[in-house]
Amino acid sequence: MITKEKLFEIKENTKPSLVEKLLEGDRVEFRGEDLVLKGEYYKKQVRIALKNCDIIDPTNIEEYIALDGYFALFKALTELEPGDVVDEITESLLRGRGGAGFPTGRKWNEAYKYQADKKYIICNADEGDPGAFMDRSILEKDPHSVLEGMALGGYAIGSDQGYIYVRAEYPMAVKRLQIAIDQAREYGLLGKNIFGTGFNFDIELRLGSGAFVCGEGTALMESIEGRRGMPRPKIHRTAHKGLWGKPTIINNVETLANVPVIMNRGAKWFRGIGTEESPGTKVFALVGKVENAGLVEVPMGMTLREIVFDIGGGAQDGKEYKAVQTGGPSGGCIPAELIDTPVDFESLGKIWSIMGSGGMVVMDENTCMVDIAKFFLDFSVEESCGKCVPCREGTKRMYEILDRITKGEGVEGDIERLEELSETVSSTSLCGLGQTAPNPVITTIKYYRHEYEAHIKDKSCPAKSCKALIKYEITEGCIGCTRCAKVCPVVAITGKVKEVHHIDQSICIKCGACYDVCPVDAISII
Amino acid sequence: MEFKFDMEENKDQIQAFKEFLDSKKSTPGPLMPSLQHAQDVFGYLPKEILEIISRKLSIPTAEIYGVATFYSQFSFIPTGKNKISVCLGTACYVKGAQSILEEIETQLGIKSGETTKDEVFSIASARCVGDCSIAPVILVNEDVYAKVKKEEISEILAKYN
Repeated sequence: MITKEKLFEIKENTKPSLVEKLLEGDRVEFRGEDLVLKGEYYKKQVRIALKNCDIIDPTNIEEYIALDGYFALFKALTELEPGDVVDEITESLLRGRGGAGFPTGRKWNEAYKYQADKKYIICNADEGDPGAFMDRSILEKDPHSVLEGMALGGYAIGSDQGYIYVRAEYPMAVKRLQIAIDQAREYGLLGKNIFGTGFNFDIELRLGSGAFVCGEGTALMESIEGRRGMPRPKIHRTAHKGLWGKPTIINNVETLANVPVIMNRGAKWFRGIGTEESPGTKVFALVGKVENAGLVEVPMGMTLREIVFDIGGGAQDGKEYKAVQTGGPSGGCIPAELIDTPVDFESLGKIWSIMGSGGMVVMDENTCMVDIAKFFLDFSVEESCGKCVPCREGTKRMYEILDRITKGEGVEGDIERLEELSETVSSTSLCGLGQTAPNPVITTIKYYRHEYEAHIKDKSCPAKSCKALIKYEITEGCIGCTRCAKVCPVVAITGKVKEVHHIDQSICIKCGACYDVCPVDAISII
Repeated sequence: MEFKFDMEENKDQIQAFKEFLDSKKSTPGPLMPSLQHAQDVFGYLPKEILEIISRKLSIPTAEIYGVATFYSQFSFIPTGKNKISVCLGTACYVKGAQSILEEIETQLGIKSGETTKDEVFSIASARCVGDCSIAPVILVNEDVYAKVKKEEISEILAKYN
């Protein structure tokens, strides 16, 4: 059994050498009392959920303890009643980081008040949005913060069993979590009678098997119970009747990683960061056509401009920044003119996007917005579980229309049909997947209607991305080096050495190989 | 294509798997971990193994089949010795992952989701693998290839042949 003395002893023994090691490595510096990563990229960031990532060794529990790990759990178990923990989290106004932004404290309170012989706490680590890898980093680089967050949650609501539902596509996260769980058990931080307080809590790993919809709470529980991961109709609150009919709390990885820090530093400190209604920070996976791609954690309310330009360095290769997509297949595209929007739950909702779990995909002038909408719909069609009709059939019909449009076969009335279907699918689907699946279509039509119209009426793709609507041509700038002719897979390019070459449009398959290989940029897309 | 599961050759593994099932009987919700374990051990889910799971856990095979077909990670045909996953996540997609996938399909003469006759390669398209900053990405087994170009495909495949 672990004692207070032991916990302090580990911290005192480990911290000095850890700090020394880190400062020597020259990647880390002190900001106040906190160790933070060095460099321009990290200057504007405020790291709470990621505070230990790339700093501690995730396979060594003692390094986690050295930086105050498990002290929040100790404090809660020895000084606080479960209700106090619920109150502290409620007070902090922490909101679910998985996307919906539901206040965590209110969720916990529901389960706390509900009497039952068994309760469960589940960590939703089924991060499936394409373009998102926030949770993965936390799981791989700071797994103990999630375990501690779960133990605190378990104590607060009166649960002795936690599950982490992690997607199978993250083998490293699974491995690191298992190591962390084993170590925590060995040190007596999981298991029976933690800190001698009589509190029992253990965690079991459950793996997903490649179904995006299992990130939806009720589908996730179905999957753990051993069934097809199809969402349940929400007759009961999960906090009352969840896993195996027992009160269950499901929190996202990043949410849980925030919990120990809040318990350590207090709700008031937490509310001092971010905005009034969305306190704290949010981790984003800044990816796509951006200069400095990577994970960023910033205070809520920072503008998109600061994230994309000041931290991300703007669009790649000097191209023109066009839009940023947040919230994955449930989110929307935010056009360049709205780049000064602050990033928090309310502000993003107002412009028809969502915070989502934190994917932030930057798009430049060469990204076709109809094609992007089609990409996300393709994802939703594929991942729709098929239980309810609007989602199963509606997303498919929407995809077909988008597919037609990008092939130059769009007809008058397609945009209106898409709008009507969007309305039906979003208002009548059973779960969040269907309800939000039309968002990419709704926002691209709202902000880029002219692109849709260009595809349908003029049969042209303004971003020059849709294969069926573009053609490659060789301009006068051609120096006759013959490289394009050599690389063309269908021999559509002819021409003599040192003379301007020519592409036979009837043979060209528009693969773009010539375009990529031309040394003098003499091939244009029209 | 017909692939046959050899019960005799896998005798020891089957015995070990049966013991695994016995140990899982008492845990709540044993089906998913059992299917995942079977897939790990045998590389795919042969019908014979599903029947064993059915008997041991007292779950009808129809139900097991229903569950197994729901999840994209389960396979009912053997996967190749080398598993190629082409990431089709947003970042990879905007950077041309689709044409990378097509190139691999052409070179191996199979489609995504299939296995070559000699069982050396199988192709799968993956949802985001979380390496978006180095898109487009393909994985061969656990090796990650970053910023892949079409011209590099034959070279990459040759390494595993």
